[in-house]
Amino acid sequence: MSRAEDAMTRTATRNGWLLSTPALILLTLAAAGPLLIVLVYSFLEKGQYGNVEWAFSWDGWVGILFTRDIFDGTLGLADAHLTIFWRSVKLSLMTTAITFALGFPTAWFIATRPAAERGMWLFLITIPFWTNLLIRTFAINEVLRSEGLLNTVLISLGLIDAPLQIMYTDRAVLIGMAYVYLPLMVLPLYAAIERFDMRLLEAAYDLYASRMQVLRHVILPIVKPGIVAGSILVFVPSLGAYVTPRVLGGGKNMMIGNFIELQFGQGRNWPLGAALSMTLLVVVMVALLFYVRAANRGSNTNG
Amino acid sequence: MTQKIAVAAEHTVKSFGQGKASVRALDDVSLEIQSGEFFTLLGPSGCGKTTLLRLIAGFEAPTSGRILLDGADVTELPPNRRPVNTVFQSYALFPHLTVAENVGFALKMQGRKKPEVDDTVARMLALVKMETFATRKTAQLSGGQQQRVALARALAPQPKVLLLDEPLSALDLKLRKEMQVELKRLQKETGITFVFVTHDQEEALTMSDRIGVMSAGKLQQVATPREIYTAPVNRFVASFIGETNFLPVTPTQGGARLGCGAVVAAAGEGPVLTIRPEQITVTPVDAVGAIPATVDAQVYFGTDTHCHLRLSDGERVTARIPSPAMGETGVGIGQRVGLVFAPHAARLIRE
Ligand SMILES: Nc1ncnc2c1ncn2[C@@H]1O[C@H](COP(=O)(O)OP(=O)(O)OP(=O)(O)O)[C@@H](O)[C@H]1O
Ligand SMILES: [Mg+2]
Repeated sequence: MSRAEDAMTRTATRNGWLLSTPALILLTLAAAGPLLIVLVYSFLEKGQYGNVEWAFSWDGWVGILFTRDIFDGTLGLADAHLTIFWRSVKLSLMTTAITFALGFPTAWFIATRPAAERGMWLFLITIPFWTNLLIRTFAINEVLRSEGLLNTVLISLGLIDAPLQIMYTDRAVLIGMAYVYLPLMVLPLYAAIERFDMRLLEAAYDLYASRMQVLRHVILPIVKPGIVAGSILVFVPSLGAYVTPRVLGGGKNMMIGNFIELQFGQGRNWPLGAALSMTLLVVVMVALLFYVRAANRGSNTNG
Repeated sequence: MTQKIAVAAEHTVKSFGQGKASVRALDDVSLEIQSGEFFTLLGPSGCGKTTLLRLIAGFEAPTSGRILLDGADVTELPPNRRPVNTVFQSYALFPHLTVAENVGFALKMQGRKKPEVDDTVARMLALVKMETFATRKTAQLSGGQQQRVALARALAPQPKVLLLDEPLSALDLKLRKEMQVELKRLQKETGITFVFVTHDQEEALTMSDRIGVMSAGKLQQVATPREIYTAPVNRFVASFIGETNFLPVTPTQGGARLGCGAVVAAAGEGPVLTIRPEQITVTPVDAVGAIPATVDAQVYFGTDTHCHLRLSDGERVTARIPSPAMGETGVGIGQRVGLVFAPHAARLIRE
């Protein structure tokens, strides 16, 4: 490249950057600004009636794991918080597992339909997405509650005598989240399975693999990028879920999302809420990093 | 024959689809393949070669009939319980595994111990001369290399029968010739029965102990390459393998009468006489026993010259003459010449 051309491309690049500066500034402010505010709030003192006092304090961060004894002011491990964290992680992992168990056969089914039919099946899978989350959650409520669809059917079939108490338990939250996030598992799985070369099944079968071995040694390793993508896509929003545990879990069975909301509401502890939000963000980022690395490795081996 | 029969198909029928749309891919095929044999299935596209192979491997069940391996009925056995391995036309190597892991796959599935697997993999890779590629992913291999890996992978569990579905068709001519020699060597060294599918007649002739010629779901003839070439049983086999002439005849005692009145000796029976172009000599028209003909055209092919000739009843015949010989006979377009068939070369066949 000649020097003149070189200079020209450099100018072009500089102009490009200059032109996009306003957009970049806006993006940075819009994305980083609120986060920055949350970060700053997490290091302030809590106000009497919510809000914050402008004084530096670690209390928000300490409060994630510890509580101060009301009488002598000593720090003790906050069991209630740990229970909520543990429930959030557990429910999110279980949601991921359930959506995988349901989503894999579904995705396999769709990917093995004739090409012309697949679009329709995918559309059917995504229909719930066109509906408001709150409405979908109340629909689940309608199915699960004591006088709801499920219990009515089970009782009229004579399978049970008294209605099952499902609402306001972890199980209800789990069912709700699995229902809401299933498409997020199915779509990436479908994308991976659709690319899978079905002739490999015959090859494996020919080489003495049983059905289970084919699944374990051929299908799962090859569609792994799809599994990782689907799992992250389900796990991340499950961890921060707010509406579903609120509606189906009642007030008691909180997850992190509800717990954070509580701090900004009745709890009147904005710094703790801010610190919890930041923690959740970090957990999600780590999960995403893990995903990107796994996905890269997948594409390297399969490319 | 004292040879054991490795593979047998008994009155095998395979139909795809239902009712009017149904296709009969295999139509009452019966076949016996000897143990240790290099057997080739030859036929045009869509004649049912792959279908027959898939029935032997167990990927499809016959509509009726039986498949036997070593005399045992395996019609109901799934592929993973048949001592048969396949080299797929597309190779179907596992993209997530290395070359060595691909080759060791079957042994691992069978639950063999790691030292045994490693040892066999090393031997197989040496057999196909791919030792240096053991740790590579299969996507980084050339077509010929992938082909070798597919071969090693199928041979590693020491199957009784190896099925090969057009394994060379994706390779360029030079590599193809090399692999033909290689395959033949491997088959001799391992003593495994090979069932090889191709639609390339030259490949079939040079490699096989016996050839089964197929057409439209039917097995037309099963014989050695020489027999297939010199004594085809019908018009399809004769025309599919090599070039040939067909002449309508009236059979006589020990031969046949051509439309032009000439009587020639011919073995076999049927209303059609076939003779290969290279078995015809062009002589002066007055030579003893020569059939009179007129030269229509001649095409020079280097070593050979093809003479297109017309008999007195209008039937056309092609003769292939070594080019040096052409100078002496000195034929020209429109010239009247005589034709002499080589002894035992003419055959009577069915339609
Ligand atoms: N799964 C199937 N469904 C319907 N028809 C099929 C199926 N498989 C094969 N056929 C039909 O059966 C016939 C034989 O097919 P087959 O694949 O055995 O041919 P082939 O001899 O291997 O041809 P080629 O040389 O092109 O590979 C064809 O008419 C084909 O269309
Ligand atoms: Mg085929």
